[in-house]
Amino acid sequence: MPVVKADLQACQGYANCVVGATDYFDLDDDGIVVVLRTEVPETDRLRVTEAARSCPVTALVVEDA
Amino acid sequence: MSDATVIVGSSIGGVRTAQSLRLEGYTGDIVLVGEETELPYDKPPLSKAVLAGTAEESSIRLLTGGDADAARIRLLLGHRAIGVDIAGRTLELEGHEPVGFDNLVIATGASARPSPWGQRPGIHVLRTLEDARRLRADLLSGGHLAVIGAGFIGAEAAATARSLGLDVTVIDPLPVPMSRIFNPEIGQWFGDLHRSNGVRTIFGTGVESLEGEQGSFVLRLTNGERLNASVVLVGIGAVPNDAWLASSGLLVDNGVVLDEFCRAVDAPAVYAVGDVARWRHLTHGEDTRIEHWTNAVEQASCVAHNITHPGAPRAYTPTEYVWSDQHDWKIQVVGRVGGGASHTVIGHPEAHGRFAALYTADGTSLRGAAIVNWPKALVACRRGMATGITVQELRDKLESQLDPQPVVAS
Ligand SMILES: Cc1cc2nc3c(=O)[nH]c(=O)nc-3n(C[C@H](O)[C@H](O)[C@H](O)COP(=O)(O)OP(=O)(O)OC[C@H]3O[C@@H](n4cnc5c(N)ncnc54)[C@H](O)[C@@H]3O)c2cc1C
Repeated sequence: MPVVKADLQACQGYANCVVGATDYFDLDDDGIVVVLRTEVPETDRLRVTEAARSCPVTALVVEDA
Repeated sequence: MSDATVIVGSSIGGVRTAQSLRLEGYTGDIVLVGEETELPYDKPPLSKAVLAGTAEESSIRLLTGGDADAARIRLLLGHRAIGVDIAGRTLELEGHEPVGFDNLVIATGASARPSPWGQRPGIHVLRTLEDARRLRADLLSGGHLAVIGAGFIGAEAAATARSLGLDVTVIDPLPVPMSRIFNPEIGQWFGDLHRSNGVRTIFGTGVESLEGEQGSFVLRLTNGERLNASVVLVGIGAVPNDAWLASSGLLVDNGVVLDEFCRAVDAPAVYAVGDVARWRHLTHGEDTRIEHWTNAVEQASCVAHNITHPGAPRAYTPTEYVWSDQHDWKIQVVGRVGGGASHTVIGHPEAHGRFAALYTADGTSLRGAAIVNWPKALVACRRGMATGITVQELRDKLESQLDPQPVVAS
């Protein structure tokens, strides 16, 4: 199953991912992404990949595990 | 079914359209045409980390040749589009034979509004990677940078130049910076931010003339002052790159005019995304053009959906979002702020080191917000805009989270 990978060093807290897939992403108090679910079922792949690609600093990718 | 989508413009809007088409399962040919010979790169860091020299140029590439091959995206770089034949479905290029298409996506973005005070060495605009390289080279010689225009790009470049140790002056005809976007109270705080970081601000004053050469420019201001500068950055906005469509017959009016599905109003196989697109925003009830990064990305994904689902197109009704980094402020603006809307502010830059200004047009519902250095407020505002939260609910929520973080007065 595809998985979400986050680069916590790169994250700048823009929150585009939260808007794109609010059930997969949140921000902590310091504005760093929290991945709520790492496994992405095929039915969510398009939506979660688009949310990951909406990150302005490429901190998120959806990869085949 | 063999099909070809040609995308004109190889920056964020064009690249994301190509990638989203593949994600949607599009199997036709994709050709990505770009005027610049550079591999596609991203623009926001050009006034921030790339200008500061804290990020490598390689970190802003949007697509490598390998990525393009893997996604079967044909790159046609170094060729400017000069016209389109709508009836014949062909794109005309400089230095290349015409390219046929079934769908055309216009993603030619915008250009920096040119300096009305002449163009010569030492007078800069900031839009492309080459612009950023040239400006950085001049900043590294030190001296005094005069920035004309206190909008996002001028303000960011001013902050970056301060971090490189230059003397910086920002000049803007508006008495309060950012007051085209925010109300004066918030705009005033932006002015304070610059001054407390050692930027000299001259607001409510225009530039009458700019004389001299690199290293010894003299700006004559409308208040009679003469200002010396070694380097000048002109940051007075952008203009959409739509002139190349003049002979196409497409309706162009400060951007390509589109319906709610981002299709040209007079040519349904033609779409546009990003800074060049003026589309019918159904929830705002008006034609809208937005020069923000997130808009280019979201519009690209909507257009990719609409090309691959012609029977079930989606209307594009985004909530605006833009960020800007200036000195130690991370500024984020959601929805629509300023204008006639009333606002309420939670937090304070000095008392708390963070704040959120919430805007409402009808006194109840949230219309937009400006947030500085406060990630939880950003998430609450962005989620709240989607779910239709009231200003009162949001205010209560944020106030309860506002633990005082006194900042030592400097
Ligand atoms: C310095 C800078 C900092 C920014 N910072 C932020 C920020 O912090 N946050 C934010 O939200 N937004 C920011 N933006 C805005 C954001 O970068 C733009 O909204 C975004 O780049 C728009 O993307 P686009 O693809 O529509 O257009 P563009 O990025 O303008 O790209 C258009 C592309 O089309 C090409 N082109 C133009 N005409 C032709 C032609 N006739 N034929 C072929 N190719 C052509 C151009 O060469 C260019 O590659 C910033 C912009 C700049 C310049």
